Amino acid sequence: MRNLFRIYLEKPELAGVALLVLLAAVFEAGSAGAFLSTDNLRGILGLLPEVGLVSIGVTILMICGEFDLSVGSTFALTPMATSLLIIAGVPALAAIVLGLLLAAAIGFANGFITLTFAIPSFIATLGMLFIVRSLTVVVSGGFPPLLPDDLTTGEFTQFVGPGGLFRASFIWFLAITFAASTLLAKSSVGNWIKATGGHLEAASAMGVPVRRVKLFCFMLCSVMAGFGGIIQVFRLHSPLPSIGDGLELQAVAAAVIGGTALSGGVGTVLGAVVGALLIRVIDNGLVMTQVDANWFKLAVGTLTIFAVVSNTWLRRTARRIKVAG
Amino acid sequence: MIPPLISVRHIHKWYAGVHALKGVTLDVQSREVVGLVGDNGAGKSTLIKILSGVLQPDKGEIRIEGQGVEITSPRVAMRFGVETIYQDASMVPTMSIARNLFIGREPLRLGIGRIGLIDHDRMRREAIKAIADVDLHLRSPDASLADLSGGQRQGVAIARAMHFKSRILILDEPTNHLSVKETAKVLGFVRGLPAQGVTGILISHNLHHVLQSCDRVVAMARGEIVFDKQVAETSVEEVSDVL
Repeated sequence: MRNLFRIYLEKPELAGVALLVLLAAVFEAGSAGAFLSTDNLRGILGLLPEVGLVSIGVTILMICGEFDLSVGSTFALTPMATSLLIIAGVPALAAIVLGLLLAAAIGFANGFITLTFAIPSFIATLGMLFIVRSLTVVVSGGFPPLLPDDLTTGEFTQFVGPGGLFRASFIWFLAITFAASTLLAKSSVGNWIKATGGHLEAASAMGVPVRRVKLFCFMLCSVMAGFGGIIQVFRLHSPLPSIGDGLELQAVAAAVIGGTALSGGVGTVLGAVVGALLIRVIDNGLVMTQVDANWFKLAVGTLTIFAVVSNTWLRRTARRIKVAG
Repeated sequence: MIPPLISVRHIHKWYAGVHALKGVTLDVQSREVVGLVGDNGAGKSTLIKILSGVLQPDKGEIRIEGQGVEITSPRVAMRFGVETIYQDASMVPTMSIARNLFIGREPLRLGIGRIGLIDHDRMRREAIKAIADVDLHLRSPDASLADLSGGQRQGVAIARAMHFKSRILILDEPTNHLSVKETAKVLGFVRGLPAQGVTGILISHNLHHVLQSCDRVVAMARGEIVFDKQVAETSVEEVSDVL
């Protein structure tokens, strides 16, 4: 028992992995084997990068002690800008880069407003949620523009891997997950991010450039959201102005399910991915087991509360056992 | 004559209309341990924040070994060998001991400037040594700070300052919330600073602690230095009277 607690303290996201295995078993049984079929896994893994990227960005930002509620809107505006540029004749790669620069600018604005006026990022980015969503609808003219038919998006959407199990976007996602995980767990900047979120005054007194660290995290978060949006739009082949609606809260849910603390300083990239995957699995599993899909939000909500309550309880208990021992 | 190690000349500081420091002048000699006492709002914290680069003075000059310096940030202060242990802003409770020891000064295995991949092996190794050097006994450098007692945390903060070879160690209320035994240990450490070639400034509410561990007592009130005597020439009663 004590060893279990020790493992939990060191790798809190493993609790999520255990839950994932359990849910997969339940859905597999409930769907008479359809859940773990190649076709269905293709569906889950094809969608995972989109919400997964947003969750990673939101998680890193939460670890440094801030929130971003505007990711869902950035998820829509970035591919909208990229699509309009492509339609206007800009080469696709340049359009993607310009779209991501726009996302970075939104992140910078979020951070700049939050830090300069010393207001909660919750409020600053809530405002940005409306502003960016409105801009998305305005520039689209109310009608989703169509991407040119000859645009090749295979770098993101084609199926690759054994049995065509993944879309190419999944490879991008794995690479970005690895890079983000290295940044957070193995780099000096990751140490500063955790210190900034864990105890701002101490980080500052030790010479960590806390303002720049936060700005960086805001920008990273927005770029991740924008990239996730581009991947989704390339899959759908049209930038709907409404995509990403409600994604900001799903990303927060994924983060906390994966063990990220709301108070900052604690969390992992792997946890964010596990959280996002759990949400996708629930969404898909309910359909596969022919449960009314309207139960999806109830399930995610329950899981979120359960995850935070149990994480809090486990952390406290584990600590008590350790101190007593 | 050797100039004082650190010399503060006519420092003024205003906060939103409040004159927090009114022309403070203080010389600290090398290997001297100065106890800085005074009531809340006397200006002690403002003075040490200026020395550690957290705040900048509005007027006045700071000299280190006779050279005028501008301590524009905590990093600059550390470069001059000034390390500060704040009463509750030294450590990040959610991080491990090893990570805490090297916040902002991580040993890198690959990188440009301060940004790069942390050399975790070296960080752990140096953390173990830094902790052992201050005679602190902890099970593992990977333990979380939140698992340590107040005294152990203070010990880790001290280990950090000593590891980075501080010349001037500023301790802000280091004995707050500590047990009697832990307090004695911290005070013993302060007393031993000169033997290690370190100059100390101890901020404390407790006059007994100051008289036990310092060479000299400096008292502040309303933004000015109102008392400055060698410990051998004064008593708790005399210092209390001026506060």
